[in-house]
Amino acid sequence: MTRRRPDESGGASGARSSTYERGEREVVFRTRRLTKTYGVGDVKVHALRGVDLDLYAGEMVVLLGASGSGKSTLVNILGGLDTATDGEVHYHDQDLTRATDAELTQYRRHWVGFVFQFYNLIPSLTARENVAIVTDIADDPMDPDEALELAGLSGRGHSFPAQLSGGEQQRVAIARAIAKKPAVLLCDEPTGALDSKTGIVVLEALDRVNRELGTTTFIITHNEVQAQMAERVIFLRDGRIADIRTNERRKAPRELSW
Amino acid sequence: MRAIHRKVLRELKGMRSQAVAIGFVIVAGVATFVSMTSVYESLQQTLENYYDEHRFADGFLSIRRAPEPLSDQLRRVPGVNEVQTRVVAVVNLEVPDFEEPVTASVVSLPPGRQPELNRVFIREGRLPEPGREDEVLLNEVFAEAHQLGPGDGLTAIIRGSRRTLSVVGIALSPEFLMQVQPGTIFPDPERYGVLWMERDALAAAYDMEGAFNDAVFSLAPGADIDEVLHRMDRILEPYGGLGAFPREDQVSHSLIEDEFNQLRGMATLLPIIFLGVAAFLLNIVVTRLIILQRQMIAILKAFGYRDGEVALHYLSFVLVIAAGGIGVGMLVGVWMGVLLGDLYLDFYRFPEMEYVLSLRVALTAVGLTLGAAVLGVLMSVRRAVRLRPAEAMRPAQPPVYRATLLERLGLQRLFDPPTRIIIRNVERQPVKSALTIVGISSACALMIMGTFSQDSMDHIVAVQFGLAQREHLTVSFTDPTSMSALNDLRGLPGVLHAEPYRSVPVHLRHGHRSYRTAIDGVPAGAYLRRVLDADQQPITIPAEGIVIAEGLAEVLGVRTGDMITVEVQEGRQRAREVPVTGIAEQFIGVGAYMDMDAANRLSGGGQAISGGYLLIDRGMETELMSALRDRPRVAGIASTDRMIEAFYEEMVGALIVFTLILSLFAAVIAFGVIYNSARISLSERDRELASLRVLGFTRGEISYIMLGEITLLVLAAIPLGLALGWAGSYLTVTAIQTEMLRFPVVLEPRTFAQAASVVLLSGLASAIMIHRRLVRLDLIAVLKTRE
Repeated sequence: MTRRRPDESGGASGARSSTYERGEREVVFRTRRLTKTYGVGDVKVHALRGVDLDLYAGEMVVLLGASGSGKSTLVNILGGLDTATDGEVHYHDQDLTRATDAELTQYRRHWVGFVFQFYNLIPSLTARENVAIVTDIADDPMDPDEALELAGLSGRGHSFPAQLSGGEQQRVAIARAIAKKPAVLLCDEPTGALDSKTGIVVLEALDRVNRELGTTTFIITHNEVQAQMAERVIFLRDGRIADIRTNERRKAPRELSW
Repeated sequence: MRAIHRKVLRELKGMRSQAVAIGFVIVAGVATFVSMTSVYESLQQTLENYYDEHRFADGFLSIRRAPEPLSDQLRRVPGVNEVQTRVVAVVNLEVPDFEEPVTASVVSLPPGRQPELNRVFIREGRLPEPGREDEVLLNEVFAEAHQLGPGDGLTAIIRGSRRTLSVVGIALSPEFLMQVQPGTIFPDPERYGVLWMERDALAAAYDMEGAFNDAVFSLAPGADIDEVLHRMDRILEPYGGLGAFPREDQVSHSLIEDEFNQLRGMATLLPIIFLGVAAFLLNIVVTRLIILQRQMIAILKAFGYRDGEVALHYLSFVLVIAAGGIGVGMLVGVWMGVLLGDLYLDFYRFPEMEYVLSLRVALTAVGLTLGAAVLGVLMSVRRAVRLRPAEAMRPAQPPVYRATLLERLGLQRLFDPPTRIIIRNVERQPVKSALTIVGISSACALMIMGTFSQDSMDHIVAVQFGLAQREHLTVSFTDPTSMSALNDLRGLPGVLHAEPYRSVPVHLRHGHRSYRTAIDGVPAGAYLRRVLDADQQPITIPAEGIVIAEGLAEVLGVRTGDMITVEVQEGRQRAREVPVTGIAEQFIGVGAYMDMDAANRLSGGGQAISGGYLLIDRGMETELMSALRDRPRVAGIASTDRMIEAFYEEMVGALIVFTLILSLFAAVIAFGVIYNSARISLSERDRELASLRVLGFTRGEISYIMLGEITLLVLAAIPLGLALGWAGSYLTVTAIQTEMLRFPVVLEPRTFAQAASVVLLSGLASAIMIHRRLVRLDLIAVLKTRE
């Protein structure tokens, strides 16, 4: 599969018109009646109960919600890690709901960068190698050192995860996520395991990536303060979108405190 | 190098003790396969070359006496290429500094040149010169046994007169690779040898001028050997022939083939065992690795690594270990192969042997090993690939524990909490526990398979020479002779008891199967020579009918009650239908037994005997020997003690490699399995054990939990191992037994005890190493890591 966005394909020109809304901004993700249930019968858990959502190219969105509100499920489905039970989700004009395993793998491989709460670095690899494990399979990646520098970690490339602080490990994870120049960056509680000072450093790295590379960035958190750095804030409650707010001004992470 | 490859190398380095332990087992498998298979092939090739270059005959025949022109008639048989007539005689020798009687077969050579067929290889010295009646060549083993060489002399009693012979050369022959006296099956180079002498000299001594009593022949390509043999038998009949027979029935050749087959059997069985164990070890290690790396698998998949790439990643752990094992195993295998080759070269006395490791053997070793390794981990790798990324991201479900069988039975009060933890752990992972038990018990079984042959040999000797063949000496006469010869034997000094026997060379047929052997005619009520059944009870030989050994019954495909055709191969050759009245259990040789009178009736002669079995007074053995030596009619004297010695020598020589390799590697495997599974249990439970330490359990108490589990598994494995060893011994027996030698599976308590101790010691060594790790367990670090 060549690295070509689904909407760049000649045959998708009909879809193109519908992907431009809200002025000049391109719709990256579109979900309709997105539903996800786990388990069967009496123990059925409804994680998502019909989510309608559009996310735009290059925007910084924060998804707020309490534990169990369905945040992670939504991000997992957007990232192609999980599939919906019902409803639709499109990445540009690629239908993720009906994608095969192999198509989802290709999708993740080319377009998506993940940052997890618990970093999930590979302990046997150095910081630089943890980034390289992604650039090795990407088509047009940046140099791992460049990615580490963007994440504010120049000079620590040869350290193993165990030799790094939590904040540093998370920034390696960010470097790893952005090194392939993904179209979207999905971050699940990226500061969840960090103290506020370290958390701000990590958010600065994400903010910088979003501004400098124009990567659509989607951050999950339960920390309302962090919502102030987003262009839009989506509130999720019991598997439904409760509210969407647009910030007048995006605050820089260093202006935040919690 | 890609980062994912670095991950493989770094993580392998982290588990190097386990990797090395598995690597050793692979090395064992590859090395055994490569060395034994390559040696087998090299030997086979060497044998073929030797046969070709020295023009080893396709068929053999011996008769009383035939005029030389008859050879033209033999040559004209369709399918016959060349015929080489000879004179062959059995003589008694007096060898300087050797008191006991020595028998030799003397084979004639054409004057001053090599024969057309069955050429000799002159290792040292030269061929006898034409016209020199006293010059002989000695077969190398015989010469070495008596330290004789060119220039030495020895005395032969030829037709009652003593002749001094001088050794002019040392030779080898494809015909006597195994120098075995007719009627026995083990070489005894001190007491039996082969000599070559110029034909005129030999013919003169045996009244064979212008005649022959032995011939060998080669076949034209595509000839039908059975048809040729049949026609030859018809030509030879008037001359008192013993019949023509094919190469496959030639003593030396068939013994060599048997031994080569034994080698091939071992070359197949041993690597299968080792590679099977290696596959099993890889399976438990990789399964655990994949469980531990559940999250990393999710991450790799989240990044877009394809299923195939993830599978290849985990397979590459196995492939690296296997590749290392193959590399080292090849080197060790070639080294062992060269050593073994030298050993066999010396044992079989080929003129030369070229050790060859064929590409095919090397590639098969690689293929087998990779196949076993990949097969061993396929299931766990498949499981890794099937994990959905989102699912793998969540921590694995906490393991489900439930009340164990013991607790459901209400026995929990018998155990303190740590013991209950042990029992629950073993019971909760039944598959893992079972696999570990199987692994340990297979090591125990290997140990038994490696050592049971000693028990088996002792049993063979006890039965064959203690119950069935109770004579001290067997004296055979040159020709069937009258009963009065037995009275002569009875009158010799030191003879306490003598019983006659009649041996009739026959060709047994049943349907399309046939076998050449000799029927032993045993007098009614014999005390010395008895035929035993499977329960070691004497079988009564009926006045009519034949009792045959179990091995022969299998070859012929007959059961008690069947009729077989007996073709007598001496005198007036005739065929008779005879009922099989019993099957005898016989470990050495392929015997057929009849009542002595019945055997005599069968051969058509009157009351004749072929020799006698003697019980002697050991104190007078020397006098008896010299008395026997002077009797011209005595063709050979076989001592039961010497046969037992020869049996052990021969068997130990043949089985030593097998025994050594198995016992050595059994210990490696036992340790490998126990240590690996204990390491894995430790990595699965370090948090739990650290938590217990934090809660105030002592090091001793947590050691008890870990080591108690090992102990429980080891103790459970031993009885199973003993049973598997018993079954494996049957497998070994089928791989190594030959027509001539059947191994009973007999296991002495000593063998069981030895196997159990090896497993216990390996368990102890692993326990000590695990205990040292437990003592160093870093409580904080373990608890900080996220499950």
